[in-house]
Amino acid sequence: MTTEMSLQTADAMIRITDLHKHYGMLEAIRGLSLEVRQGDVFFVIGPSGCGKSTLLRCINLLEEPTSGTVQVGDDIMRFGKGHRMPSGRVLSRYRTHIGMVFQQFDLFPHMTAIENVMEGPTVVKRMPRHEARSLASELLAKVGLSDKEKVYPRHLSGGQAQRVAIARALAMQPRVMLFDEVTSALDPELVGEVLEVMRKLAEEGTTMVVVTHEMGFASEVGDRLCFMDSGLIIEEGKVADILARPENPRTQAFLARFHDTAEALRA
Amino acid sequence: MSYVPDFTVVYMSTACEICGPLAWLNAAGVTLAYAVGTIVGGLIIGVICGVILLFPLYYGLPMLVYGYVQFFRCTPLLVQIVWFFYALPMVGNAVGLGINMPAWMAAGLGLTLYMGAFSSEIFRAGIMSIDRGQWQAARALGMTYLQLMRRIILPQASRRMVPPFVNQSVLQLKNTSLLYVVAVPDLMYTSSVMTAFTYRPLEVYTFVALLYFLMLYPMTVFSKRLESRVDN
Repeated sequence: MTTEMSLQTADAMIRITDLHKHYGMLEAIRGLSLEVRQGDVFFVIGPSGCGKSTLLRCINLLEEPTSGTVQVGDDIMRFGKGHRMPSGRVLSRYRTHIGMVFQQFDLFPHMTAIENVMEGPTVVKRMPRHEARSLASELLAKVGLSDKEKVYPRHLSGGQAQRVAIARALAMQPRVMLFDEVTSALDPELVGEVLEVMRKLAEEGTTMVVVTHEMGFASEVGDRLCFMDSGLIIEEGKVADILARPENPRTQAFLARFHDTAEALRA
Repeated sequence: MSYVPDFTVVYMSTACEICGPLAWLNAAGVTLAYAVGTIVGGLIIGVICGVILLFPLYYGLPMLVYGYVQFFRCTPLLVQIVWFFYALPMVGNAVGLGINMPAWMAAGLGLTLYMGAFSSEIFRAGIMSIDRGQWQAARALGMTYLQLMRRIILPQASRRMVPPFVNQSVLQLKNTSLLYVVAVPDLMYTSSVMTAFTYRPLEVYTFVALLYFLMLYPMTVFSKRLESRVDN
């Protein structure tokens, strides 16, 4: 295990300390600590069921942690004995600083693409509609969908829908973006256009936490990477270091499977 | 000897004081009033009960509502109407508040509660049918509970609720015919009285069936239109 995990960095944008999440008897996350610096692109990899998604959902409190501390920017949330889940209003204010993109896009089907993007700013931030509209228009242009503003989600391809979902999250101008296996539900030929948008965000210095199985993408744009297994971070460090020279046997075994697949495809 | 139908009795008979065209108009009015009244009342009860079932704040309350819904879904409407007709005036007297509920109101209350039970299920199912992803996407944007209900869940759920609500309303209007057992002068009751005087059941009931059909057919067409609009 690398020693950097316990290092306290001053410019941490996300700081998670001793996080536990239990579902009844099942311990999905078992005392996890983690720091993501401002502007970093932080990748989370691991076998299915290892707690990657739960970790993301604990960061924006879609799941209530059983115990531990979750800090994003200057918002600190404590859980466990003596602490109660914050009220709805506090929670919603906290979440406005965190954008999240989901595997299944989850666009609002009764709204057009631009209305989806405007929804957060107008309803949550009470931004005037004309302002929200120009912001949404700008963001849709950024994800390459200017021509789809008035289109309903059911007429969008998976890749387009996911790009609208990214624009929707960006519209809240969050401090942090969370990506939960955002390309897993896409046809292979549509993965590239979504990754392209994420690459652009990374280059602009957006702080991102990305759960993915796209190792190639991780090595291209990632700053740091952690490997999770059974509710814990097994190994964490620079992306290139871990992908090339994993130290922990479990990380080695997990990555070996990816390398095998990659080689099989090349052969 | 073959039977010769005589439809003139339906609107011309002077055999009884309630016979004639005016009687039908009256009866249709009673049927419609009961239908509209019990549907509206039932919808209100349904929304309230549906909310209680979906978002249980106090433990006892959802149990009570669940019991009510199941009881009314699992007993025949005819039994409920007759039961309310006898029981409610008695309860009113027994409580000693001098509440003497008239029979027509008691029977109507039975119909309303029946509609309420089914409406609450339609309402609950409509909300539950919205994908979990919609809730979490709205929450992730920072919406409060009321915002996500008003902006995201209800607009989608209400579209899905329209067809089953219309369907239940059609059933409800037909079910008002059961009120005739407690002598509410609706279409069905009027028919039975008229039959008793004229001995022309075939003509009378053919006519009343036609009347029900004419009232409901436009409603089902309207419902089909709504459905296709929801699909687009």
